[in-house]
Amino acid sequence: MSVLVDKNTRVVTQGITGKTGAFHTRACREYGTQMVAGVTPGKGGQDFEGIPLFDTVHQAKKEAGANVSIIYVPPPFAADAIMEAVDADLDLVICITEGIPVLDMLKVATFMQGRRTRLIGPNCPGIITPGQAKIGIMPGFIHKPGRIGVVSRSGTLTYEAVFQLSALGMGQSTCIGIGGDPLNGTNFIDCLKLFNEDQDTDAVVMIGEIGGSAEVEAANWVKANMEKPVVSFIAGATAPPGRRMGHAGAIISGGDDTAEAKFTALSAAGIHVVRSPHEIGAKMQDVLAK
Amino acid sequence: MNLHEYQAKQVLKRFGLPILSGHVCYTPGEAEAAADQLGGGICVVKAQVHAGGRGKAGGVKLAKSSAEAREAAAKILGMKLVTPQTGAAGKIVHKVYVEAGCAIAKEYYLSMLVDRAKRCVSIIASTEGGMEIEEVAHKTPEKILNVRIDPKVGLQGYQASKLAIDLGVPLEARKHFAQVVKGLYTAFVDCDLALLEINPLVLTKENTFVLLDAKCALEDNAAFRQKEIHDMMDYDEQDPRDLRAQKYGLNYVGLDGNIGCLVNGAGLAMATMDIIKAFGGEPANFLDVGGGATKENVTEAFRILLSDTNVKGILVNIFGGIMKCDVIATGIIEAAKEVGLKVPLVVRLQGTNVDLGRKMLAESGLAITPADTMDDAAKKIVSLAK
Repeated sequence: MSVLVDKNTRVVTQGITGKTGAFHTRACREYGTQMVAGVTPGKGGQDFEGIPLFDTVHQAKKEAGANVSIIYVPPPFAADAIMEAVDADLDLVICITEGIPVLDMLKVATFMQGRRTRLIGPNCPGIITPGQAKIGIMPGFIHKPGRIGVVSRSGTLTYEAVFQLSALGMGQSTCIGIGGDPLNGTNFIDCLKLFNEDQDTDAVVMIGEIGGSAEVEAANWVKANMEKPVVSFIAGATAPPGRRMGHAGAIISGGDDTAEAKFTALSAAGIHVVRSPHEIGAKMQDVLAK
Repeated sequence: MNLHEYQAKQVLKRFGLPILSGHVCYTPGEAEAAADQLGGGICVVKAQVHAGGRGKAGGVKLAKSSAEAREAAAKILGMKLVTPQTGAAGKIVHKVYVEAGCAIAKEYYLSMLVDRAKRCVSIIASTEGGMEIEEVAHKTPEKILNVRIDPKVGLQGYQASKLAIDLGVPLEARKHFAQVVKGLYTAFVDCDLALLEINPLVLTKENTFVLLDAKCALEDNAAFRQKEIHDMMDYDEQDPRDLRAQKYGLNYVGLDGNIGCLVNGAGLAMATMDIIKAFGGEPANFLDVGGGATKENVTEAFRILLSDTNVKGILVNIFGGIMKCDVIATGIIEAAKEVGLKVPLVVRLQGTNVDLGRKMLAESGLAITPADTMDDAAKKIVSLAK
């Protein structure tokens, strides 16, 4: 068991013939993921290294049985690509694209209201259920199948956490990168709920950042609902206010969105907080030993 | 990226918004001529720097004649303006905006921004114009009004007129108020703004509204479709280190410490700064070379770090996923050989092709201290940079 994706997931790549899309579609297929279709308007009927190409996501679903999409389309066209996949009524859409204007994402959020498709990202590394399916740009080899759920706003910092877990013998059920943008499809609470209900997840690592209130809201949810231990780190304790730290969402603007305010809320909710990123794996080991 | 007041007003004027006449001036002589052009009566001379709190810091002066405008400009130009938003270092004033005066009856506050939690554009308004809005929000939260705009249908007429009534705008001025709010919303959406702040929004004695100050922050992600506005960037306002990094697609934020950092990924870059601080050091910068950086990007990143004279040591922390450790190693070796490695360098590599990358560094003949983990790397660079 796992959450959201497994060995039966059938994936369509939107933007498969671009450099990034092509590179990662190959890597995902090598990992064992069922990459069943690609969408590039105008190239329907052709194939990409044996993967059939379609003009639309609707066709990819109907003819290749795709139920999940991964998007590498460039920023000016990415919001349109997300809406197309949502309109095709897929189960899950994962948008890797970084740099989508926030007003475009407002349109997407409004468009998705009342529809069942789940969006992960944008500006995220994707999702992996180790040993079953890798749908994203993360290095597959650092992951091990196991019972720890991982959810994070970051990319490489997540790899760091996963690496620590794997090195200490703790495999992962599923790792979800929810992305570094201020407006994203799936938030911490959505993922915590999934892990809480997943019989094969024993504990969760949650990695946050400065900016926004998602971590504080997650802390409140954990306090009221979570039955499994959560270990957490927030990046950006040393970041100055008003400067965007790479991610569009990682900027301190108010005062409740500092790392300190988030650490306080997480601790108050009974979450096992680590103040330094190198302690994530060791802390999880301690928590599980109790 | 932020616009200067005069640039924001140029943009807003295109949307039919009420802006007073004004001119940008670089010398006291120009300021006098500008005041003459405005009629030679009362005008205001305002420092053009990217920071709020200019008035209190002495960067805004009222002049009753063209001669006074010249004097005011002479005082403001070249001064180092220190406001709560500039930090202790302050900002040198290179230009002033000379603007016509107006008869103020009442000052309001009005701003627009994207509310990420509510997933809409929100208008924030208050009767307490001209004040620090954070202070108003803190002391008298009931004086802050919030209007949420449904992205499906945009700003509706009733929302603008209700806001006028809630703010106590006099009957005779309500129609103009609604026009101004609609114009601001159109400008916000059409120009992809991240923040639009009018403080104060002035009601004149003639019962019309004027945007007395205007602050626009642009959304970086929309630069590809807002080229004209993004080209207004004032290079004097940017940290030269930041500009150089931008040119090479690097995410760089200059800080005040002495340990240079080179990291891939924004989250890991922040975490690296945090761990340096945790072990008693101070980071000199945030630097994310990106997930798919090339040898050239890494070399340039290294050059930027080595050219910063505050830097007394460098920490490279790379978790190779897409980016291969041997590519990073090549970039480091080339840059260090070219620029000359004058400070201690600690390198922590992990991930794809890690063994090859480590081997290349070890055989390079450069004085590089290797580290296995993040904490090991941070401890080593903090002690070496002392």
